[in-house]
Amino acid sequence: MIELDKVNKWYGALHVLKDCSLAVSRGEVVVICGPSGSGKSTLIKCVNGLEPFQGGRIVVDGVSVGDKATNLPRLRSRIGMVFQHFELYPHMSALENICLAQVHVLKRSRAEAEARAMELLTRVGLTDKARAYPGNLSGGQQQRVAIARALAMDPIAMLFDEPTSALDPEMINEVLDVMVGLAREGMTMMVVTHEMGFARKVADRVVFIDEGQILEDAQTEAFFAAPKSERTVLFLSKILEH
Amino acid sequence: MFGGFDYDVILRSLPILWQGMQLSLLLTGLAMSGGIVWGTLLALMRLSAFAPLSVAAGAYVNCFRSVPLILVIFWFYFLVPLALGRPVGPFYSALIAFALFEAAYYCEIIRAGIQSIPRGQVLAAEASGLTYWQAMRLVVLPQAFRNMVPILLTQGIILFQDTSLVYVVALKDFMTAASVVANRDGRLVEMYLFAALVYFLICFAGSYGVRRLQTRVAA
Repeated sequence: MIELDKVNKWYGALHVLKDCSLAVSRGEVVVICGPSGSGKSTLIKCVNGLEPFQGGRIVVDGVSVGDKATNLPRLRSRIGMVFQHFELYPHMSALENICLAQVHVLKRSRAEAEARAMELLTRVGLTDKARAYPGNLSGGQQQRVAIARALAMDPIAMLFDEPTSALDPEMINEVLDVMVGLAREGMTMMVVTHEMGFARKVADRVVFIDEGQILEDAQTEAFFAAPKSERTVLFLSKILEH
Repeated sequence: MFGGFDYDVILRSLPILWQGMQLSLLLTGLAMSGGIVWGTLLALMRLSAFAPLSVAAGAYVNCFRSVPLILVIFWFYFLVPLALGRPVGPFYSALIAFALFEAAYYCEIIRAGIQSIPRGQVLAAEASGLTYWQAMRLVVLPQAFRNMVPILLTQGIILFQDTSLVYVVALKDFMTAASVVANRDGRLVEMYLFAALVYFLICFAGSYGVRRLQTRVAA
């Protein structure tokens, strides 16, 4: 479903992604971890073309992302994305946030979009917050609205870019619970996160990136039981020892 | 000198002054609307990644900000009829001059406003499948304008004062009307004091309103 083949990216002289290859099949959940500045966020933003890349190929559901002829808005409308800082539109209510792209991209009627939005708000446990503005929601609630906003487009896959990193600890689980639910329903997911508990629970594979290179790409159990690269061992010992 | 202060001349000339004021307000309102629309387009051009667009918009802004407004009004009075091949009258030539001139200032205000919206907002909008233009129209500009309302209105108050410059093309705005009466009746002190008072009151009330609005926007 998502294939990255020798993807390379530079910021000026800085080589941020080096020959990254990775494949995610339909229904698979892949967790990507690595130290900050390792390029994991950049990598996931390349998948829906939010970040341009200079070398290699990324193919999503048969569509080449880097191809000039590709209709990127159309492709993006089929891939949900959730950001570290939620990025809800502050001038719109939760409901309007979820309806915007449904109406303007999928051309659903307002009634249809609102019905779908309410369905999803119920699913993330925020039925009573439909009319609330992002400024009046907690971080965890905002992120759940953001997930609902992405799901409203009926995506074929979901990308999560550190969805819990900006949250207070007590709010992390309410977001992870929604994500676990999605994973168990068979959603194809690429998740950049440090939440190793989440990875153990639902990930099919875990990928470790450092300095723009994919150093480890293994089945979840193998990843935690017997990591191959030394840097993975070091990384895991740092984040798991607490 | 105030011994012979003649209040009556002010009362007598109220109808003609009111006519002048209507013209001043109309000119301000129309020039502001035109300036904001054109200024928004200029701001988007300046922010464009396509170099010819941003260079052209930058040149436009710098040119207009480097010449006195009175000169621009004068120019357009002669240039617009020439360009169109027919006379348009001082009102339309002045209106076009003001709108084009103000657009340069509005462009810079709006550009700063757009840049103050976090990049993540555009990314989120684009990630959901909205095009760049949809993202601008639906997500970025509404937020930017809400933040900018106070400063756009302040610029409008300055514009209102500047409309008095249309006397150079013999357009009868409030200031010109006051000046005509002053000279006709030989009542310079009365008329110019009254004109100053009116400008002061309107602009002061306007600024006060903007300050109130500002605290509400900030809250």
